Amino acid sequence: MVEVRNVSKQYGNKYVVENVSLEIPKGKITSFIGPNGAGKSTLLSMIARLTTKDSGQILIDGMEVSKCKSNELSKKISILKQSNHINIRLTIRELVSFGRFPYSQGRLTKEDWMFVDEAIEYMELGDIQDKFLDQLSGGQQQRAYIAMVIAQNTEYILLDEPLNNLDMKHSVQIMKVLSRLTEELGKTVVIVIHDINFASCYSDYIVALKEGKVVHEGPTDAIISQPALKDIYDMDISIENINDNRICVYYA
Amino acid sequence: MKKRYLFSAFILLSITSLFVGVKDITPLDLFSLTEEQMEIMMISRVPRLVSLILAGASMSICGLIMQQLSRNKFVSPTTAGTMDAARLGILVSLILFTSATMMEKMLIASLFALAGTFLFMRLLDKIKFKDAIFIPLVGLMFGNIISSITTFFAYKHDLIQSISAWLHGDFSMIMSGRYEMIYISVPLLIISYMFAHKFTVAGMGEEFSTNLGLNYRFVVNTGLVIVAISTTAVMLTVGMIPFLGLVVPNIVSIYHGDNLKKNLSHTALLGAVFLIFCDILGRIIIFPYEIPIGLTVGVIGSGIFLYLLMRRKAYA
Repeated sequence: MVEVRNVSKQYGNKYVVENVSLEIPKGKITSFIGPNGAGKSTLLSMIARLTTKDSGQILIDGMEVSKCKSNELSKKISILKQSNHINIRLTIRELVSFGRFPYSQGRLTKEDWMFVDEAIEYMELGDIQDKFLDQLSGGQQQRAYIAMVIAQNTEYILLDEPLNNLDMKHSVQIMKVLSRLTEELGKTVVIVIHDINFASCYSDYIVALKEGKVVHEGPTDAIISQPALKDIYDMDISIENINDNRICVYYA
Repeated sequence: MKKRYLFSAFILLSITSLFVGVKDITPLDLFSLTEEQMEIMMISRVPRLVSLILAGASMSICGLIMQQLSRNKFVSPTTAGTMDAARLGILVSLILFTSATMMEKMLIASLFALAGTFLFMRLLDKIKFKDAIFIPLVGLMFGNIISSITTFFAYKHDLIQSISAWLHGDFSMIMSGRYEMIYISVPLLIISYMFAHKFTVAGMGEEFSTNLGLNYRFVVNTGLVIVAISTTAVMLTVGMIPFLGLVVPNIVSIYHGDNLKKNLSHTALLGAVFLIFCDILGRIIIFPYEIPIGLTVGVIGSGIFLYLLMRRKAYA
């Protein structure tokens, strides 16, 4: 379980994250939602120790993140950020094999390669695994990076806006993979997501942030409601039940 | 390009290099070398070949490491101030310790090269506008500033001549007893190979490295130390060789990607082949005289560099 206790982060005089406490349930998909600048990505980065926190505690399975060995943490928790996408000529297979770095330090064993093969298969990248990243479309690249995270085989997987720049088909494909990860492999997935309807359809638990504070948190059904969304987004959003999914209508 | 072809070219050029020179020695003489021929081989030709191979390999590897760590295809010891800083270091050692041994020069120049490269990397962190072409331009300017400081003090201390000897790479002065410094690059090449995987991870950025549990700062600093010492060793024995560290890694990257573990040996081999080829060319064009290697590498290298730039534009 991930526990966040009274965590704050300041840039200059401005609090980006202010006194946030929350618990992320195991084996579920948790979505961080909220308007731009709410501190969602910063919070995610702090949980994954990419950003230092100013005060408070973040415990992963009872251990304080800042006191853990970085290499040990990388076997427990992985994070994929938009800024992770860099201009480097690696093949998909090579990229995915770097997910095994925490275990192998570069000398991959047979077992490591098994994880790599499984991850590639999981993301259905088999036919293009020897292509270079710069020859791929945005959707294929994103799948390749997620395959790398799967190969890293951590209990906790954090994804910062994994659907950015993806079309509908690929967005749905990735969300389905995340569901399978929690259901089949028992992973705990945390995503920062802007599309409220994807959050509604796929997540089990939602944390809503606004101006650095948690304004609502709870099971998806409790958050996807007109009054709660009004608090979060300052918008009147009506909610329709379509095929057992709660869909927010906010386009007009 | 297969490694096999590259290796054959390497062997062929190496043998050719041994038998090109004013004193006629043919491969057939090898079985009945006169004493004089033997001496020429051992004192001049073999050291020359060895230093060509080591300089070519280590300058290319330096470029490769720098490009990976700075995440910019156009950064190399020539375009990041490393060489200029090393030259300033040599000058300082000449001024402060007039009778500095080779080892002392090496140490001081390495420290300067390291400081210069480090400063450039800090500069890179601070620059917000990260255009691929802009970065090496900043590096060149940075290098020129250091270079002008060097020239100023060299002029004041009447050392212009000694300092410009290190400006142009020249293999014709390589003789046994004067080139052994370059052997330092052998252990450095081995260390680079051991760190190859980590350099690749570090090349994907600090956050990416942290996610995989890699100590980013340590790996980057190790890389910079390797670059600084190898560059200095080459500079002290041979002199500046422009463009080598820029062109060779880029060619390998085009057909082999950026996985350091995979392309390190290719880069080293191609660097050696390229340098031996340029050297032989320089030795036969105006035979029995020689064109300095800096010139041949400069002309051919800048040609290829221009081609790379144009090619990049076609992609953008």
